[in-house]
Amino acid sequence: MSTIERLTQRFAGEGYSSSRFRDNTRFDIPSQSLVDVLTFLKSDCGFDLLVDITAVDLLEYPDARNRFRVVYALANTVTAERIYVRTHLDEPELTLASVVPMWLGADWMEREVFDMFGIRFAGHPNLKRILMPEEFTAFPLRKDYPLRGRGERHNFPVITRAES
Amino acid sequence: MAVAASDNVFMTRLDAAANWARSNSLWPMPFATACCGIELMATASSRYDIARFGAEVMRFSPRQCDLLIVAGRVVMKMLPVLQRIWLQMPEPKWCVSMGACACTGGVFDTYAVVLGVDRFIPVDIYVPGCPPRPEQLLASLIELQDAIKKHGTMTGKEFAERRTATGPAPFSLEELRRSRDYLLNKAEQDDAAQEERARTPTKQHP
Repeated sequence: MSTIERLTQRFAGEGYSSSRFRDNTRFDIPSQSLVDVLTFLKSDCGFDLLVDITAVDLLEYPDARNRFRVVYALANTVTAERIYVRTHLDEPELTLASVVPMWLGADWMEREVFDMFGIRFAGHPNLKRILMPEEFTAFPLRKDYPLRGRGERHNFPVITRAES
Repeated sequence: MAVAASDNVFMTRLDAAANWARSNSLWPMPFATACCGIELMATASSRYDIARFGAEVMRFSPRQCDLLIVAGRVVMKMLPVLQRIWLQMPEPKWCVSMGACACTGGVFDTYAVVLGVDRFIPVDIYVPGCPPRPEQLLASLIELQDAIKKHGTMTGKEFAERRTATGPAPFSLEELRRSRDYLLNKAEQDDAAQEERARTPTKQHP
């Protein structure tokens, strides 16, 4: 029985769906069941490696019903199988359960998603910005944030010859 | 009483002597953040050999350097580090902005990349190119040596005369407007939220 069959058998109902794109297998889940699904995949299906956590801002995206999509890329290191677990979020409820207890490597990935999109991970041991400076206030990969920023990069003291 | 000088003695000004010494033993501080840093290493190694111009002593402590070479793009998280390094270098000191990114931000015109280090620290020589050839960096070094020999003084009073940043005119208008509108909107929203909070009666405990 393939992984996606086992998944659809175990998790059925509102909010669950599976799809394929080229050779990618994707499984969409409601955000509350994230930990259940990932635990099932890790312990029962052998997906022991968390490859990546990332997010997509679906603002002004054709046919999008939600604002954010968070994608978990998993791999099975024995069978080299891969699966993409996706969940959707809307403002103001931008909180997901942290998977750091399951994969320690999720620490920096979740911090990056938080830094760039402002999605919070409940239970993360140290959820602070990882790429941008700590005093930065915006979430730069959101589509409503302008590419050139809001002048943050000009906000520094000027050192002239006279004072250096 | 006149004294005849022997053949191997010659007279000069103290400024000229000091500048001759300084210009021929520049100690670079390599601030290499991107591909320009690789060209900088090539310039320092045997094929191009920056040692021919007396500038081969790359030191990684700003306290021991007098020539800051900014090679590569500088992002807003790195700029305070760059400024600190510049302030830690002892006088007299010079700065070379190497490559398109250090000079203007280059193609990286995004929220995080500073549009030219000359906006925030003084720059003496700009080297264009993406990245510049080692010959260009050597040419800039020779030009800087000329400038030091011509304009340098023992006391360094030529530095005190420069009081403003020397870079191009700052900021795109659009970006400034956006920043102002954002702040105004935010202030309005904050005010509205505060009023809203003031209007709703706090819950009374029985």
